[in-house]
Amino acid sequence: MTERIPVVENILSANDRLAEENRARIESAGVFSINLMASPGAGKTSLIEKTLPPLKDKLRVAVVDGDIATSLDADRAAAAGAQASIQVNTGGECHLDAVMLHGALNQLDLKQFDLLMVENVGNLVCPAEFRLGTHKSVLIASVPEGADKPYKYPGMYRGVDALIINKIDLLPYIDFDMDFFRRGVEALNPGVITFPVSCRTGEGMDAWINWLIENTK
Amino acid sequence: MHELPVTQSILQIALKHANEAGATRVEDIHIVMGELSSSVDDSVQFYWDIIAKDTLAEGATLHFRRVPAEMQCQACSEKFRPNDEYLCPKCGGAQVKIVAGEEFYVEAIDVDK
Ligand SMILES: [Zn+2]
Repeated sequence: MTERIPVVENILSANDRLAEENRARIESAGVFSINLMASPGAGKTSLIEKTLPPLKDKLRVAVVDGDIATSLDADRAAAAGAQASIQVNTGGECHLDAVMLHGALNQLDLKQFDLLMVENVGNLVCPAEFRLGTHKSVLIASVPEGADKPYKYPGMYRGVDALIINKIDLLPYIDFDMDFFRRGVEALNPGVITFPVSCRTGEGMDAWINWLIENTK
Repeated sequence: MHELPVTQSILQIALKHANEAGATRVEDIHIVMGELSSSVDDSVQFYWDIIAKDTLAEGATLHFRRVPAEMQCQACSEKFRPNDEYLCPKCGGAQVKIVAGEEFYVEAIDVDK
């Protein structure tokens, strides 16, 4: 005869456990780590390219780059001054998960670094659900995507520790309601730290760079 | 799409609890899925039929209970479905927060013994 067994177990708990393992490993090496997420075209790779040069001589940086296929982004990170850049091919998956980061960590001598930047797959739906074990999750939004993104993708805005608002040099030319945008963000993620920046002009980048340095200490 | 890892996790959870209960077969699996939590869809059942083959859970039916997203106004406590502007429909307040819709867990399994 059939019997009901109560379970109540999180479906992503296996991933979460491995994420904790990753975290312990990163932490014991004294490394500060971030998970960078964004929609395609928000400027993830150019943000990394603009972030690395000012960190030169201050922090030793490793970049792990998740991509569905090519190694183009990892090459760009290396060219911009990352001491190590590892490409993780997700095999068609739309996000990195803790297993993939675990594999990438195996290829790194973590003690050689101060900062680990993980560039997640460009996607606004899935990456937030799969914890990697990094210290902070950072979402890059860009002004041309529209001010309604927090209302359309609440899940992504919900779980991040910092928000970069990129391409602010375009604000005079497009219709972007910053107050509406910020209100949506605040409803989902009260008090989240935001960095309005332009990777093109460099405006606002100092605050972001300083935040990284302070956290890495 | 991440249906495959999600399906594998569901299978692991179901088999663990079925074994602990000394079950001979898993008939049904009840999953709670918040509107905000996951982008998996009905194709999970398709993967299930492949990956659960030759296990206690072969042929089990997956049931999804979807939990709608819900916000609550911090001023007047009104609960409402997130609207286009995240404003409280009762008092117009903008101090709101998410209170439901992020669930993603296996709630129960039905087994034969
Ligand atoms: Zn209200």
